[in-house]
Amino acid sequence: MRGIFTISQLTIHEALRKRVLLAALLLGLAFLILFALGIYFMNRELIETSRGPETQAQRALVYIFLTMAGLYAVNFLMVMMAALLPVDTLSGEIRSGAIQSLVTKPLRRAEIVLGKWLGFWVILAGYLLLMGGGVLLIARLVSNITPPNIAVGLGLMLLEATLLLTISIAGGTRLSTLANGVLVFGLFGLAFLGGWIEQIGSLFQNETAHYIGIIASLLVPSESLWQLAAYNMQPSLMRDMTLTPFSPASVPSNMMIVWALGYILIVLLIGLWSFRTRDL
Amino acid sequence: MNYAIETFSLRKEFGAKVAVADLTLNVQRGEVFGFLGPNGAGKTTSVKMLLGLVAPTSGDARVLNAPLGNVPVRAKIGFLPEHFRFQDWLNGREFLDLHARLYGMSSAKRQTSIGALLKRVDLQDAANRKLKEYSKGMLQRIGLAAALLNEPHLVFLDEPTSGLDPLGRLIVRDVIQELRAQGTAVFLNSHLLSEVEITCDRVAFVKNGRVVRETSMRETSNVTDVELIVKNSTPRLLRELEQFGKNVRQLNGSIHLETENETHIPEINRWLVAQGVDVYKIGAAKPSLEEMFLAVMGEDARAG
Repeated sequence: MRGIFTISQLTIHEALRKRVLLAALLLGLAFLILFALGIYFMNRELIETSRGPETQAQRALVYIFLTMAGLYAVNFLMVMMAALLPVDTLSGEIRSGAIQSLVTKPLRRAEIVLGKWLGFWVILAGYLLLMGGGVLLIARLVSNITPPNIAVGLGLMLLEATLLLTISIAGGTRLSTLANGVLVFGLFGLAFLGGWIEQIGSLFQNETAHYIGIIASLLVPSESLWQLAAYNMQPSLMRDMTLTPFSPASVPSNMMIVWALGYILIVLLIGLWSFRTRDL
Repeated sequence: MNYAIETFSLRKEFGAKVAVADLTLNVQRGEVFGFLGPNGAGKTTSVKMLLGLVAPTSGDARVLNAPLGNVPVRAKIGFLPEHFRFQDWLNGREFLDLHARLYGMSSAKRQTSIGALLKRVDLQDAANRKLKEYSKGMLQRIGLAAALLNEPHLVFLDEPTSGLDPLGRLIVRDVIQELRAQGTAVFLNSHLLSEVEITCDRVAFVKNGRVVRETSMRETSNVTDVELIVKNSTPRLLRELEQFGKNVRQLNGSIHLETENETHIPEINRWLVAQGVDVYKIGAAKPSLEEMFLAVMGEDARAG
């Protein structure tokens, strides 16, 4: 366990020292400022144009929609961070030989992989708390509205990021940095496309499109986790609006969470085995 | 015998390529062991197998009495890789502290060891500079310090002096002498045969992944290389000269042989004359390690 914590500290230290986190934080801050300005001015406009009590519900819907749009953007940032931050951590150190100075220490190879995984997970969780929390706080301050089930929703977003992080770490045990990047984004793209095919297909009650979506979400459950997160964080009125990125035509089952957890465990075990058995 | 390293027919294949064919050797505790061979002889792969970086295809080995891949024993092993790449975003002191933590050293022990080692490799002034600003020689010295942090019982140094200036080489040479005095075994891969000659107790010559000769440097210093120029040397003559020494060979028109007894030189002369051979020259010289290397490897092998 000592080894895992030392390696995860090293991972966080490296991200801080290489200014990766600084760049991500500055961009995140710029995003939050943009979001705050957008929702603030829209709020002013709404208050001036709609004064009747009957429009209260409509206003609330607009605020929730804007908040969901903000969280959707945060979800994309999280996907980028989860895929890109760890993409080079093992493959780069294997290529340069820097890994040799770690592997020859009294550490199990698994501790190195798990340490890096944990370090990046802490970074991602912190980033989600900051960005997701920022969006929700701004929405609350401006409109006095908070979407329902935010703990479940943010938890599912973190699970999606964890899944992509795990693929990125496992891929790096054997693939070059470029090939690993192509793999992670390719898989994410597959799930994303599968999700949309399912949504559009279900509008026309197309069974094949529905099954394509299910197969894609079983292969890579990332998009389903976002859909489930979005479903949980919006009121029922909004759920009925189809064809927005947050209103899935068919809601993923809660079993998808179990599958995602199992998926992460399996991919992580494959990564541990792959790193343990390779020559360095 | 309590060995630091024992290997039994270690073999490593990468696909169809045989990197190490059959490595069998012993390194005693407290011994400075030189591992010599041309490029591609399998030296680095051998070291990687001993360190658990590469799994052997067949064969076995014990390092500090532990089987290959044993994790706890690594707390007693130091390693300076040939192509060292370190965490270059850390400064010198942070780098050593990280590696000391990975060895599981206590905070107090880390403090004293790091200070002493920075002084030992002459990098106190650069301790707070980032490694990315270090020269190749400075990186090699900080790498050497990292390899010694845990007061190892066995140290692998893969080309430790290749990027160093004369002062840096002197530091490495002194460190190796100190390690020997402390009873630490040193496994030294080096291209610089003159360095090996000064520092090693014993050397192994490795060619095509096999140890082709092992010799103690004490024995080496007793060996005399005899050079003969005679008229009409024949294979039979070369065979018969083996009574006076070993490694008899024809080289550039001369006959060379190695003897451990200088009194053999006049005996060779008398014997040749008695055989009716015309002798043009008899010379004797102590062979350098480089000459021995060339003799063992063949003239086409450069020290790589």
